[in-house]
Amino acid sequence: MDILKELQQRILFWDGGMGSLLQEQGLAPGELPGTWNISHPQVITDIHQRYLEAGADIINTNTFGVDALKYNENTGYQVEPVITAAVANVKEAVRRSGKQAFTALDLGPTGKLLKPLGDLAFEEACGLYRQVVEAGARAGADLVLVETMSDSYETKAAVLAAKEACGLPVFVTVTFDEHRKLLTGGSPASIVAMLEGLGVDGLGINCGLGPVQMKEIVRELLEVSSLPVIVNPNAGLPRSEQGQTVYDISAEEFAAVMEEIVRMGARMVGGCCGTTPEHIRRTVERCSRLTPVPVTRKHRTVVASFSQAVEIGRDPVLIGERINPTGKPKFKQALRDHDLDYILREAVSQQDHGAHVLDVNVGLPEIDEPAMMEEVVRELQSILDLPLQIDTSDMEAMERALRVYNGKALINSVNGKQESMEALFPLVKKYGGVVVALCLDENGIPDTAQGRIDVARKIYDTAAKYGIAREDILVDALCLTVSSDSKGALTTLETLGRVRQELGGRTILGVSNISFGLPQREIINAAFFTMAMQAGLNAAIINPCSEAMMRAYYSFRALMDLDAQCGDYISVYSGQTLSLGQSAVRGQAGAGPGTEAGTSGNRFAGGGQSAGTAAPGGHQDLGSSIARGLRDQAAQTARQLLETEDPLEVINREIIPALDQVGKGFEKGTVFLPQLLMSAEAAKAAFEIIKERMARSGQTRKKKGTIILATVRGDIHDIGKNIVKVLLENYSYEVLDLGKDVAPERIVEKTLEHRVKLVGLSALMTTTVPGMEETIRLLRQQAPWAKVMVGGAVLTEDYARTMGADRYCRDAMASVGYAEEIFGI
Amino acid sequence: MEERWNQREILRYLGHRGQEIPENLDALIRSCEAELEQAAAPRALWREYPLQIRDQVLDLGCFRTESRNLERNLRDCERVLLFGATLGSGVDRLLERYKRLQMSRALVLQAASAAMLEAFCDRENEKIRQQYLEAGWYLRPRFSPGYGDFALECQVFLVAALELPKRIGVTLTDSLVMAPSKSVTAVVGVSRLPRDCTVQGCEACGQTDCLYRRETVAQGDT
Repeated sequence: MDILKELQQRILFWDGGMGSLLQEQGLAPGELPGTWNISHPQVITDIHQRYLEAGADIINTNTFGVDALKYNENTGYQVEPVITAAVANVKEAVRRSGKQAFTALDLGPTGKLLKPLGDLAFEEACGLYRQVVEAGARAGADLVLVETMSDSYETKAAVLAAKEACGLPVFVTVTFDEHRKLLTGGSPASIVAMLEGLGVDGLGINCGLGPVQMKEIVRELLEVSSLPVIVNPNAGLPRSEQGQTVYDISAEEFAAVMEEIVRMGARMVGGCCGTTPEHIRRTVERCSRLTPVPVTRKHRTVVASFSQAVEIGRDPVLIGERINPTGKPKFKQALRDHDLDYILREAVSQQDHGAHVLDVNVGLPEIDEPAMMEEVVRELQSILDLPLQIDTSDMEAMERALRVYNGKALINSVNGKQESMEALFPLVKKYGGVVVALCLDENGIPDTAQGRIDVARKIYDTAAKYGIAREDILVDALCLTVSSDSKGALTTLETLGRVRQELGGRTILGVSNISFGLPQREIINAAFFTMAMQAGLNAAIINPCSEAMMRAYYSFRALMDLDAQCGDYISVYSGQTLSLGQSAVRGQAGAGPGTEAGTSGNRFAGGGQSAGTAAPGGHQDLGSSIARGLRDQAAQTARQLLETEDPLEVINREIIPALDQVGKGFEKGTVFLPQLLMSAEAAKAAFEIIKERMARSGQTRKKKGTIILATVRGDIHDIGKNIVKVLLENYSYEVLDLGKDVAPERIVEKTLEHRVKLVGLSALMTTTVPGMEETIRLLRQQAPWAKVMVGGAVLTEDYARTMGADRYCRDAMASVGYAEEIFGI
Repeated sequence: MEERWNQREILRYLGHRGQEIPENLDALIRSCEAELEQAAAPRALWREYPLQIRDQVLDLGCFRTESRNLERNLRDCERVLLFGATLGSGVDRLLERYKRLQMSRALVLQAASAAMLEAFCDRENEKIRQQYLEAGWYLRPRFSPGYGDFALECQVFLVAALELPKRIGVTLTDSLVMAPSKSVTAVVGVSRLPRDCTVQGCEACGQTDCLYRRETVAQGDT
């Protein structure tokens, strides 16, 4: 019997709850339920058999939460024997029942949060699941069910592991709360996009809610999913009565709602916490003779981050193009310097200006692109929720990025060359994604729209052979600069129209190419952008910080009935008095600071001008701007001063005294920490301006020395360390920030590599202090010249001395003081 | 908008000792409050267990431990509530973003989220308190692993008993740090006897040298 075939023909029934039935049988609180597969096989088999008799077609192995984190030498039960026994128990129950049924290998969450939010690495999670799946497949499971998942990233790890370790069908159910969100923020649309991309065989919802509360979520899933939908609710909403958990609806009420859910279109139904064979029996009775609602393909083009799904359709989608070193010397330098904060600032600024997706290109000949790409993708998805477009021609970089990406990515790009399609399509198939298809091939870029349509057709056909659907392809009609070919724009526009009309496809365009070599490029770009949207462009790769482009976008949407009551247009432009050419941060709740000069965001309260601080036309005092923590004003004043003054003079006469004044105030207690930081940031903004000016004249600001900072192994709280970093940098130290949860060996390695004289370690928890002690011990052995300063909430002077640290720093200024001692200033 | 946590608490977490608050810092705090409101997804959960105390060993139904501070806190109690709460991982993402891009904002968000979490726990506890009061039971203040001599290792038992990873998404790292970071677990005593003093939070903790200890006790708002 083949489950996928059965699924096409009828409603399939999953079993119900296991945990509460085991507790009735005497499973103690804290006891690992999976161990009962070995210690009480009879009990487990009986429960399975009761579900089979109730009419379940699919029985889950009693392996929820079985992984090597909990089942290891410490608990006396290893993963493989538990899994083997669990599968055997189901098989035995099926044999006894005389029925035909499927054995589902049940995978649940690990109970850990993945990095960077928690401490479990993505590949480690994959490894834990892989071990379970390999054992389950060997033991003869018929399918894999990944269930009760509340984090998209962990779900991806489980699905990848399952698909890499076996060829069995894979089904996934996740848990939404009453706000239709996963615990880590995902929505039905975002999780469906990711799971469809990963190629699962069915998806749905379980646990968390009763069937009544699930109905709306099921409706949403059915609307967007092209796969069979699974619904396994709890027995209702729980409440505690005399220490017992009871549910708010009866088995019959449960079954009645399940019938509604099947009539809505669910294809696999069963139960979760609190449900019993009785719930399943009544559900089977009501639903088994219903005519299944056919599963239909929705043909939606969707990319997603961990929480946001972006549909690419009639309403144009904006893809920010700024994360790309091409033609940007500062960006290139940031890549060489491994200055990821620079890239993150570009990202946040684009989001604030209204980008829906961000293109990510970090290609530079002298760097390790695959490593950089992976790292940048990880960093970006840890601080923002926009979907990403992975832009690289290096297939290793592409695969590493797609693997760690938390969602369904845009993939930039494939073209009509055989070689390109052979390299990329397997990755698209494996990890999912919407792929940008450039209309060029071995013969170059066709001059005519017909030529480009032919290439697009070839790409669609080849993709189909790999099992990649048409909706997962965005045709790039290509645009060449109009300055070298006066018909270039017309060809592109014709191609856009024909892809839509003749191929029923969706399109994307790097709009800015059109003006290459022309003056005032924005003028042409914005006009062409409007024309392209009119021709049917679905996604545009543009600079969202260009106000001309955004004006074209908002106007187009308002005029084309894509912006109800011109709501977006009004929210962005009402009250805006900027003249053309100036850039505006979107008015609504975007997120983050507009950190680019001239884009002072409205939520940037701390950095904005405050009334009366700078008399118009009067003397502007850089020192006082810094002391008062006015960042924009500090930058502006620095710029003015540099028109007449020498950079070093500005530093020594204005910035350093202001920093000293604030620092002393902090030590005396007249200035408190947020003010100290705001001043530090204002000073940093001034330094940035000065640095640019000095670079232009070939000067550099001399660093006093290099200091390593790290939050020790096991500790993921690094706010204190980051405060110290901001201050040290202002005092002209080069800071090598190794991050948080850093192994002692790595700290030593970096200390040796750069022969660093001062290492700063932070730890917030008593449980992570041993990590600090070990680091100090290793440093003493291998880098005896290095001084060690320590800080963190749990530390004291005495404690620090006991550990062998050279200095306990009770606050950030104390670290600066110690650095000045060590470097003899 | 409902006043959900107050500025005084935020300032306390920021280490404020009466310094003047300039206008731009005040604006920063307000703007952080608004942003936090968007990012936070507060969730809480509690379960009741029987309590037995014998020879200084506290048996809380799902685990046993020894702690004089906790024992004092649970005097005259017959039951305990295990309590867990979190603001969710969205707050951590926000903190991560500003730690990279604007440290002053990260610092204020850190303080504001700590204050918000505390206020959320207080509100949740108040709801439970009312419910128990109707049945003639009195609740003791929240007491968390890591307070005084209540071993941090007990986190493991609390998290497992409440199924926190599955229910509200709260997990423990190998070094017993909670992730998401803005999360709380606590034990709350349930007694037939009222107690005059409802000291909780800072004042309930034995660690009097803590950097963030409240200096003055707010009246009647806990």
